[in-house]
Amino acid sequence: MKSFTPIAIVIAGLAAVPLLVHSNVVLNFFVVALMIALAGQGWNILGGYGGQYSFGHAIFFGSGAYVTAILQVKYGVNAWPAFGCGIIAGAVAGTAVGWLAFRAGLRGSYFALVTLAFAEVLRIVASVAPITGAGVGTLVKLDLSFASLQFESRAAFYWLILALVSVALIVTWAIERSRFGAWLTAVRENEEAARALGVDAVAVKIGAMVISGAITAAAGCFYVQYFLFVDSHIAYGAWISIEALLTPIIGGAGTIFGPLIGALVVKALGEAALVVTGEAPGLDLVVFGVVLIVVVGFAPRGIGGLRTTLLTKIKRGLGGGTAEVRRG
Amino acid sequence: MLSPVILIPALLNGLLTGAVYALVALGLTLIYGVLHIINFAHGALLTAAMFAAYFAFTVLGIDPYLAVFIISPLFFAIGYALQRFVIGPASHGEDRNMLLVTLGLSVVIENALLFGFRADTRTIDVPYAFSTIDLGFTYLAVPRLVGFVAVFVVALALWLIMSLTDIGRAIRAVAKEKFGAQLAGIDVAHVYAVTFGLGTACVAIAACLLMPTYYVNPSAGNAFVLVAFTIVVLGGMGSVPGAVLGGLVIGVVESLSSLFLGDSLGQVGIFLIFIAVLLVRPQGLFGAKA
Repeated sequence: MKSFTPIAIVIAGLAAVPLLVHSNVVLNFFVVALMIALAGQGWNILGGYGGQYSFGHAIFFGSGAYVTAILQVKYGVNAWPAFGCGIIAGAVAGTAVGWLAFRAGLRGSYFALVTLAFAEVLRIVASVAPITGAGVGTLVKLDLSFASLQFESRAAFYWLILALVSVALIVTWAIERSRFGAWLTAVRENEEAARALGVDAVAVKIGAMVISGAITAAAGCFYVQYFLFVDSHIAYGAWISIEALLTPIIGGAGTIFGPLIGALVVKALGEAALVVTGEAPGLDLVVFGVVLIVVVGFAPRGIGGLRTTLLTKIKRGLGGGTAEVRRG
Repeated sequence: MLSPVILIPALLNGLLTGAVYALVALGLTLIYGVLHIINFAHGALLTAAMFAAYFAFTVLGIDPYLAVFIISPLFFAIGYALQRFVIGPASHGEDRNMLLVTLGLSVVIENALLFGFRADTRTIDVPYAFSTIDLGFTYLAVPRLVGFVAVFVVALALWLIMSLTDIGRAIRAVAKEKFGAQLAGIDVAHVYAVTFGLGTACVAIAACLLMPTYYVNPSAGNAFVLVAFTIVVLGGMGSVPGAVLGGLVIGVVESLSSLFLGDSLGQVGIFLIFIAVLLVRPQGLFGAKA
């Protein structure tokens, strides 16, 4: 995307939501959807643009969440710097995991596995380590004031998460236009070719993981400020790893708006499933899984890229056999 | 602490536990060896098979050891159908897509089970669950001994299928050179589906062997799947002897590390081995190349 206008329009449109909607339930829906969109935007930079599919983005979400919570509760740090430290923790975790995994040459299945394993190790460690509150979790003290980054109104929280999402959108937009972004997509499309042209693939992938980790960690920091609680299942559980990859894939991986579209669709479907089944757990996730398979199978560009997908299909249909010949 | 009275039973028990791990890992490594993807739905399929064994016992009154002969063909068919009609078509031959589709399947299966049966933990009650054999210096649990023998029977059966049958030859051909096999007239989609079916049948056998002594709930399979990943990585992706040996090694490591470190950290030991092997020697201890 060349122009900045669509991003500005989307941000302005979303900023107006609390002015039009006053229901706390609806606002809560948007806050959670934007939080997932933020986590997904982090995944999108590494997975969507860089082609490195992480199955363990909980590493970053959880590290951000725990650092924010522990600094406030155990060390009495103010919420604002704690939030910043949480984001830095995500970047550090990204550097560490990226450095280990990419220097060892892991990709594809292996990379997915090692990220999954890191998230699982952290989950087990966090569930027994005293500093995280072990099995009990960590509660952040309720103190509704601007200074402690807690707000009485949902709208204020909404604008906070929207601001974070906006920054992530702009970062993604900047990456897309930059030389770094070009290297990253080159590595995704054909790593050997990119190397042959002088791209330092390992450095590019680590760089993407640092940015990716920082953005997803910001979602974790926000989670703590919003819900004032974190435990090992929330922080490092499989749910966030899955949602962080689900949203960009469904919305359109490697596109600026993919995670945002995906998060809104996924959360809306989840709500719809809850309405249908009442309190019975599980069905919303069944729906997510089915949507994931259907999107991978029929809309490889995600919902955001549905138009392009359909147009190519129609063109290929009109072109008849030629497309097949070219592919063979 | 290192007295042989404690150490030897721990070693033996580790070997017996490792056998069931190896069985789960066999299915995973078989699928990896041919399709070159990691089946992230493996754990969910294990859970599904455990539920099948549970209901075969509680509803139909079939002993898990007999149910093997019904459930493993059934899961072969399920695995075949999943690969042929879901995973294959949806992933358009791209590895990344296969990862996502198997992940999607695992989410669907696990949560469909959660939706259907809730999070309750269930067990079955068989008369031989606690029977043991006295070796003089220690006791061995009979159900685990059965599992230990079964893993070698299954590994042998797989080896016979691979080396003697036409489909086995076709599978080996596809694993080596997919395009060449296709040119020689092998139906690659069929071979993929048969392989996936065999892998799923392994998981079904493991489930039936586990049920007499283990419990089932919608996430029961997860406890095994990361261990199975570790074994497969340790033994070399795609290597059947590697999976058997890796399984036994991991069983012993787990048994010994829970002896020395306590139960909750025993698992961390496994994952640290896993990460270390992935980073240092991703081709595995017994694998030839990545």
